[in-house]
Amino acid sequence: MTVDIAEIPASQSRGQDVLHPSREQYVDTITALRDDGFESCMDVTAVDYYSHHGRPLPEGVNPERFEVVVNLISRSKKARMRVRVQVPADDPVVPSLFELWPGTEAMEREVFDLMGIRFDGHPDLTRILMPEDWEGHPLRKDYATGRIPVQFKHPPATR
Amino acid sequence: MSTSETYEGSQEMTSRATTDPTELARELGVLRLPEGANLDPTDYDVEVVEDETMIINMGPQHPSTHGVLRLMIELDGETVLRTKPIIGYLHTGMEKTAEDLMYVQGSTNVTRMDYAGPLFNELAFSMATETLLGIEVPPRAQWIRMLMTELNRVSSHLLFMATNGMDVGAVSMMLYGWRERELTLAFLEKVTGLRMNHNFIRPGGVAADLHDGWQQDVLDLCEAIPPRLAEYDALLTGQPIFRERTEGIGVLTQEQAIALSTTGPLLRSTGIDWDLRRNMPYLFYEQVEFDVVVGTYGDAFDRYAIRLNEIRESLKIARQIVDLMPEGDYRVQDKKVTPPPRGRIDESMEALIHHFKIFTEGYKVPEGEVYCAVESPRGELGCYLVSDGGPKPYRLHIRDASFANLQTLPPMMRGGLVADAVAIISSVDPIMGGVDR
Repeated sequence: MTVDIAEIPASQSRGQDVLHPSREQYVDTITALRDDGFESCMDVTAVDYYSHHGRPLPEGVNPERFEVVVNLISRSKKARMRVRVQVPADDPVVPSLFELWPGTEAMEREVFDLMGIRFDGHPDLTRILMPEDWEGHPLRKDYATGRIPVQFKHPPATR
Repeated sequence: MSTSETYEGSQEMTSRATTDPTELARELGVLRLPEGANLDPTDYDVEVVEDETMIINMGPQHPSTHGVLRLMIELDGETVLRTKPIIGYLHTGMEKTAEDLMYVQGSTNVTRMDYAGPLFNELAFSMATETLLGIEVPPRAQWIRMLMTELNRVSSHLLFMATNGMDVGAVSMMLYGWRERELTLAFLEKVTGLRMNHNFIRPGGVAADLHDGWQQDVLDLCEAIPPRLAEYDALLTGQPIFRERTEGIGVLTQEQAIALSTTGPLLRSTGIDWDLRRNMPYLFYEQVEFDVVVGTYGDAFDRYAIRLNEIRESLKIARQIVDLMPEGDYRVQDKKVTPPPRGRIDESMEALIHHFKIFTEGYKVPEGEVYCAVESPRGELGCYLVSDGGPKPYRLHIRDASFANLQTLPPMMRGGLVADAVAIISSVDPIMGGVDR
């Protein structure tokens, strides 16, 4: 399936170009952008819009709880492009970009670790920053900072 | 909640005998192959008898891993077969913390991320906030920012010189590097009051104007450091042992560098001529003259040479800034963003109210999202900032250069020796505070 970039809902945010493909169009859009000169992926991150309703989105884009944000750069055009894809809370899965850029591996792992979004096709989706037995995903908005259990509270046993 | 569905495997590396061949092939083919080339799953490595390999941990407390980086390395004798960097030992959730701090407090937080280049973190954060606010920063503030970040680049690269020398066995280099770094830190301290974690560049401008006689201080610095760099040339650059340790070690190709989202000196060492300061200028970089240093072979020596010459270029920029620095405000004259000077508070009720409001509620930043990037000593440092219209960032994400650059370790170390591994880690120059945030 090929995607015509011109048909993807687009917007401008403070002068920066943003595209809003659907989850189905996500990989195809980014592949098309890569073939169009955006040869490097600088950043993959995600935002949890749990407590921020009514953010402006172009027509035809349904707001969902999560948003995966990908920043691309074109060295030949000296331009940047941001791709924001909506991810529903009850099924937080998006396809992985690993096949396009292996450099997204660590970034997607970070998003998975801190935001709990799974990447389909990622070769090693494990926690990267938090301890591997950690519960929950700390950057989610319903994960309060105040209720983190202290891990090491007992002093070492006396001799 | 869907957290229960997530798979959390262990951060372990299994031995070659028990690892799935497709996984081995993935680690090898982690980089895209040329069109049409197929990876032969049986040809994933040199011939090794299964039980002769050994998996060892390097770090997290190894002195040459620059902080708390842990590498799991599979060895055949002394040859590195596979590497897996394991990070997170310094993770303190600063992106989460940032959501609880007002924009005025934000730069105190971000400055602690990449602690060798603190002013760059502040700059990226401040630029993102200002873009959201839609305010124009006065020219003098921008020039001060340029001066300070360039000198910070010098101190960061000198830190690299010191640790890189130490890692390849030139211990005296460490002392020399530290000695010169002290000079730049003394200037930064004179201006900001602190040697690290300055909290100097803030949304709306900088915290304070430059002191009287700063021109002479900068010129003295530009006089003092280049002769020392010539000493480095004599001590390391032309020295056969150092060249032997770094030339042809940790070679990265252009395709690998692009595929792995590499930026900064690592990218430039492969011959890709890309520097945000020149190619996508921010501040007033289009008004100063400097060269972008580019390597050829993509090895550890190129990265050393690039950083050494970038110090010279940064000093060249600093020298030009002394002549080009305009008069004017050092922070934006917008009472909603900039707190009034201390003296005004005693005289003016309005100033007192603004002061109180800024430090209790903070200022509200219009709704929106931006990504602003600067060229830090380690590569592209980006700040993705989302505001919901309140006085605190809704989401702050820092794209740290070392975080992405660390992914180049497995392909660079493959087939090398353990001793080279140390030189390669050092040549990436990772700062774990930035990697783990």
